[in-house]
Amino acid sequence: MSFWQIQLELLQGFSSTCVLFFATLILAIPLGVVVTFGSMSRFLPLRWLTRAFVWVMRGTPLMLQIFVVFYVPGLLFDINLGTSRMIPALVAFVINYAAYFSEIYRGGIQSIPDSQYEAGLVLGMSRRQIFVRVVLLQVIKRILPSMGNEVITLIKDTSLARIIGVVELLKSAEHFAQYGLIWPLFYTAVFYLAFSGVVTLLFSWVEKKLEFFRG
Amino acid sequence: MLTVENLSKQFGATQVLDDVSFTLEQGKVMSILGSSGSGKTTLLRCLNGLETPQKGKIIVDGTCIWQTGESMNGRMKDSPFGLVFQGFHLFPQYTALQNVMLAPSLRLKKQKLPAAQYKEQIQQLRQRASQLLERMGLSHRADSYPYQLSGGQQQRVAIARALIMEPQILCFDEPTSALDPELTREVIKVLQQLKEEKTTMIVVTHQMRLAKAISDEVAYMAYGRIWERGPVEEFFQNPKTEKLAAFLASATAHE
Repeated sequence: MSFWQIQLELLQGFSSTCVLFFATLILAIPLGVVVTFGSMSRFLPLRWLTRAFVWVMRGTPLMLQIFVVFYVPGLLFDINLGTSRMIPALVAFVINYAAYFSEIYRGGIQSIPDSQYEAGLVLGMSRRQIFVRVVLLQVIKRILPSMGNEVITLIKDTSLARIIGVVELLKSAEHFAQYGLIWPLFYTAVFYLAFSGVVTLLFSWVEKKLEFFRG
Repeated sequence: MLTVENLSKQFGATQVLDDVSFTLEQGKVMSILGSSGSGKTTLLRCLNGLETPQKGKIIVDGTCIWQTGESMNGRMKDSPFGLVFQGFHLFPQYTALQNVMLAPSLRLKKQKLPAAQYKEQIQQLRQRASQLLERMGLSHRADSYPYQLSGGQQQRVAIARALIMEPQILCFDEPTSALDPELTREVIKVLQQLKEEKTTMIVVTHQMRLAKAISDEVAYMAYGRIWERGPVEEFFQNPKTEKLAAFLASATAHE
C-alpha cells in the first residue's frame, strides 16, 4: 500500500471529521444562545429545567451521550433512525456543545456591569438596543479565549464518534493496523495539529480585530 | 420647573428616601450634599427611572411624570431628565463622537425616514455632536476611544452624551468623585459653563468645593431626608441644623 493510498483514505476520514466539526459549530453556536436565554430566564421553572439539562450534559461523558443518542430511540421507542451513524453522533455533539457554549455565553453576559445598561437606559435606549449595540460586542470580546478553547477541544472530540462506527480520521487510520501498519495512527496527529493550528490562528486574528477597544 | 413631592423608597427594612420634597426653578442649579448612604444617589436614580419609589409624585413643567403606584419602566423613553454618572460609563467600543451620537441616531433610525432625508438628519446630528464635544473642549479627541481618554475627558464626553438628548433637567451623580483635583477642575469648568447657559441641573456630591463652585442652592441630605436647604452662601455660612454644622465641619477638615 503506497503512502498516497493511505493518505487518500486518511483524507476521507478527515472529511468526516470536518463534517462533524463544522456541522456541530454551525448548529451548537446558535443553540447555545437559546440555552443561555433559558438558563437566564426570569421564569424559574424554565431556568431550573435548563440548568438541570446543562448539568446533565456537562456531568456525563460525551461518549456515553453518543451511545444514548444512538441506542435509546430504538430500544425505548422503537424508532428506526435508519443506518446513519453520522446523524446520532452529530446530535450528541450539538447538544453537548450547546450546553458548554451556553455557559460561556452566560458568563460573558453576566460579566458586563449593569452600569452599561443604566447608561443606555437614561439615554432612552431600549434594553434590546443596549444589548445589541453596546453589550454584545463586549461579550464577544470577553468570551473569545474560552470559545477558542472549546472549539479546539471539539476538533479532538470528533474522534469519539468512532465508537458508534463513524469512520472519522482516527478510525480510518486504525484499520491499517490489520495490515501491520501502525504509523498511520500516529500520523493522524499531523492532521489534528494542522487543524487546531488554523483554528488558533483564526481566533487570534479575531482577537486582534477586537483590540481596538478595551472593556 | 421640577416639583418632587413626598418621594419615599425602601430597600428591605431600610428607608432610603423618607418623604423627600423639593422644587427647582428653570435654569437653576441645585446641589445635594450628604455623606454616603444618605440617599442622595437613590434620589437621582428615582428621578431618572432607574429605581421605582414606593410613594410620591414627580412633576415637571406642570405635568406629572410619575406618581405612586406607577411603574418606572417605559417612562425612560421621553424622560425629561438626563444623568451623568460618577464612573462615566461610556460605551468602550465607540469613539467619543460615536458615544455622543449612538442614542439619538438609534432614535432617528426608528423613524424610518426616506434615505436622503435620513442621511441629511444624520449629518446634522454628527454636526451637533461635534459642536457639543467642542464645547466640552474635546474636539481634538472626537475619534478617541474611552480607554485613550483621561477620567476628566471621559466625564466630559459623558456630559456631551447626556446633553445631546436635550434633557430639561440634567442630573449629576458625584461627577468628580472619581477624579483627581486637576481633572476635577476641568469638569467644574464645564459645569460652570452649563450654568451660565442656564441649564437646569441637580448635582449630587459630597465635595463642598464642587457645590460651592456651581450651585444656586444647596440641600443637605442624611438618612433619606432633606434636612436643610438654602441659597449657597447662607447654606455654608449659617447652617441651621446641628447635623449640617457637623457635616460641614468634618467635610472642611477633609478638604
